[in-house]
Amino acid sequence: MTLRRYHAAVWDEPVIHALSVPGRRGQHFESADPPAGAIPRALRRAAPPELPEMSEPDLLRHYLRLSQQTMGMMGVSLFGTCTMKYNPRLGERLATEPEIAGLHPAQHPDTIQGLLAIVHGFDTILRGLSGMNRFVFQAAGGADAAYTHVCLTRAYHAARGEGDRRTQIITSLQSHPCNPATAATGGYEVVTLPLGPNGYPTLDALKAAVSDQTAALMINNPDDMGVYNPEIAEWVRVVKSAGGLAFYDHANFNGVMSKIRARDLGFDACMFMLHKTFGVAKGGGGPAVGAYGCSEALAPFLPGPLVVEDGSRYVLVEQPVGGVGKVREYLGNLHQVFKAYAWARAMGAEGIAEASDTSVILNNYMEKRLLAIRGVSRSHPDQPGWRLEMTRYSLGQLFEETGVSAVDVQNRMADFGIDAFWLSHEPWIVPQPFTPEAGEMWSREDIDYWIEVLAHVVDEAYRTPEIVKTAPHQQVVRKLSDRNLDDPEVWATTWAAYCRKRNSPGRFTAAAE
Amino acid sequence: MSRERRAHPYMPNSAPALKAALLEELGLQDAEPLFGQIPPDHRFRGHLGQPPALSSEAQLSRHLRSLLAQNRPATQALSFLGGGCWQHHVPAVVDEIVGRAEFMTPVWGTPSSDLGRNQAWWEFTSQLGALLDLELVGLPVYSWGCAAGHALRMAARLTGRRRVLVPARMCPERRAVIASYCGSADRHSAIEIASVACDPAGRLDLDALAAAAGTSVAAIYFENPAYLGGLETGALDVVAIARRVGAEAIVGVDPSSLGVIAPPGAYGADIAVGTIQPLGIHMAAGGGLGGFIASRDEPRYAAEYPTLLNSIAETVDGQTSFGLMLFHQSSYGSRELGKDWTGNSTYLWAVGASAYMALLGPTGFQELGTLIAARTHQAAARLARVPGVRVPTQTAIFKEILVDLTPSGRTVAEVDKALRARGIYGGIDLSRTFPDFGHAMLSCVTEVHEPEDIEAFAVALEEVLA
Repeated sequence: MTLRRYHAAVWDEPVIHALSVPGRRGQHFESADPPAGAIPRALRRAAPPELPEMSEPDLLRHYLRLSQQTMGMMGVSLFGTCTMKYNPRLGERLATEPEIAGLHPAQHPDTIQGLLAIVHGFDTILRGLSGMNRFVFQAAGGADAAYTHVCLTRAYHAARGEGDRRTQIITSLQSHPCNPATAATGGYEVVTLPLGPNGYPTLDALKAAVSDQTAALMINNPDDMGVYNPEIAEWVRVVKSAGGLAFYDHANFNGVMSKIRARDLGFDACMFMLHKTFGVAKGGGGPAVGAYGCSEALAPFLPGPLVVEDGSRYVLVEQPVGGVGKVREYLGNLHQVFKAYAWARAMGAEGIAEASDTSVILNNYMEKRLLAIRGVSRSHPDQPGWRLEMTRYSLGQLFEETGVSAVDVQNRMADFGIDAFWLSHEPWIVPQPFTPEAGEMWSREDIDYWIEVLAHVVDEAYRTPEIVKTAPHQQVVRKLSDRNLDDPEVWATTWAAYCRKRNSPGRFTAAAE
Repeated sequence: MSRERRAHPYMPNSAPALKAALLEELGLQDAEPLFGQIPPDHRFRGHLGQPPALSSEAQLSRHLRSLLAQNRPATQALSFLGGGCWQHHVPAVVDEIVGRAEFMTPVWGTPSSDLGRNQAWWEFTSQLGALLDLELVGLPVYSWGCAAGHALRMAARLTGRRRVLVPARMCPERRAVIASYCGSADRHSAIEIASVACDPAGRLDLDALAAAAGTSVAAIYFENPAYLGGLETGALDVVAIARRVGAEAIVGVDPSSLGVIAPPGAYGADIAVGTIQPLGIHMAAGGGLGGFIASRDEPRYAAEYPTLLNSIAETVDGQTSFGLMLFHQSSYGSRELGKDWTGNSTYLWAVGASAYMALLGPTGFQELGTLIAARTHQAAARLARVPGVRVPTQTAIFKEILVDLTPSGRTVAEVDKALRARGIYGGIDLSRTFPDFGHAMLSCVTEVHEPEDIEAFAVALEEVLA
């Protein structure tokens, strides 16, 4: 296969403050004269903000150039754990129309019946896929849904008079960092189970950790290595019989959707990420939705209000006191719920099952070809059988033999139009990890191209490692210098800080202007 | 006649022959063996209860449009709803920029291959910092309430104290979010929230504040403008009281006011939070919300940020680039030992807000703030002349007006219903959240409202209350 002669757009586009020309304007507002005292003298702004002064066409072209200097999903992006999939443009487009974009969140329910029908319809779709009894969409991301579960756990045990006793949340070393992090934020002691020989923690380790102090289990399955814990139903029984709640972080739903249902496995609650599994665009990190669903018993604790079907119309029903309350203002990123609803309707049950099949087929196809590349191995090599929608690989051997790291390979692959692969969450359990996820949207040609690029880069690593170590070469800019951004004399999140610090000793040689 | 199964438009490998070829590479006839890790009794074999597929875009589009047609958006009515999510003009170029596939689709990338997006983020923090007069700004969080919650937790860590003071009359949605963030399963680490009395425009009672402020207080949180529209004329005093007791002064601001209102940095606030929604982001039923956290650029504050922090940096050959600083303190870097947590947030809106701020520039923000101030006061004065209506605060307010219907003897729900029938959304009902006001609503005016809109609102109210 001939690799693409790719080169990223290079515009040498200065930061916007450097483009400012005094007197230029990009937007006018009608002139007005507020009455005296409208803005008390003491509270008037003394000096205008140091914002750039731009005309409209110059501003537009500046940001269009920046967009061209962003790879996004123009190339092939197999960023594992994030389930890169197509964002259908019908939903994206309709969501910009006034009937979604122009809605105020406090409008009377009579004026948003279409929106509420969509929320209810999507709730029903997720109930079917999970077996849960009720979903809410207030959480503005997967981590926020994990936090919702922590808040709900708190409310649930408090209502039973066990709030003071149940102080621990159990998770595993392979869970997403948001699980231990939100548990700690909510005031829980985090118990992290190490992995056993099969790639998941042993049942004995769980049993040793569970006690009458256990508030909840927060766990994903399969994990980010494509390994499914076959004892998960027993795990749930152990936790629940000790009085804890079992929460299923369904970040890795793509490989198992239509194949298992969280409630059937005994879980009390689960979370789906609409910006991953359900086709909603990532936006470089949101706006996102963590759809949180739970059993009937937990529903009174959900953040409210709830959308309820009442005859031929939909109403908002306040939740009883003593539950979560709110994790974010209003009902959530409902324009994203709309897009997810559109995706699910386009797919249907059969399409969803097909997507899960395809993502697992493609991952195993990739695995077969990737493991044939010198220097590439997979985690738990002795664990037999097919992985699900992801496999955790290691470039440890390549690194030992050539000094080329996974990050170097990531940078070099970008020279051929391949978006960064995912490495691994902390802590790394294999050296030099990488985790591609094929998903269902990429064609076999895309997957083959990705594999060929990796093979080419590995070949370079053995023949001419300097090319890889100094990559990228075909990108917008080369890699970051090793200057320490954690140094207060160096870091600058704003133009003002940059201007103040740029003449500090050891500061920048580059001029952002 | 049986039809062959069609490839789904979103799935290139779902053409039956292509799928079979991939399976053949694995030596399989069908996908079932690939799921062998899952015990048979875990497998779901029933019906998923899904509605019928609409894989034809023509059909799906018709279905979706029929649902959307049942919405009557604020932007197509005459709406005075605000309260933290506001109707502002969204410039057309902002729509184009946030709709670019390159900004819409990326997940993470590398500093080299997603340089443009990282630069747009940096221009966002830079410009927001300029509006706030603060030099350290994090990447956005979910909302204003979430930003305030994180900031209060930062203050608790900074001071080692567990009590915060907030205005008694703040947005109930925001207050509920803060309550979640301050709660804890460990009662020793819970943060106690104490309310400080306010005037009817939401401004803090400085005497009450001084009395409540003691050396156990981690933070004083106030808003400028307040939820009920009042400009916090005592901002300097609030900050001074916080200083006196060693508490952090945290202010929540609406950035669209900052072309005319003194910025947090000017009156010495330690941490500023707020919303980015007014900066060119559509309301989207709340989907346009986004929050920010900013402070002075001091290591003491930087060390407590839960957000990702995007710094300007340089490449090995001296070109400008951008990189994350203090990543180790995030939950990605340190799991439960990190500062609260981070994750997917509202980063696309940072790109939109960046374009919006640059489009307005210093003069645009001044014009915008002046216009909103003028319209707010015009509306307050006009509504106060409606028989049966009382407007307790008619000066030094911004965007929001407390409209008290109590003298009319009518409930907000009744009046709202009658206004709705006239195509007017009059405001947020405060009668349940602040019952001591009686029957009051919070009505919002921005630059999108013309004088005739205000007149139409007042006339409609006169008719309804007659």
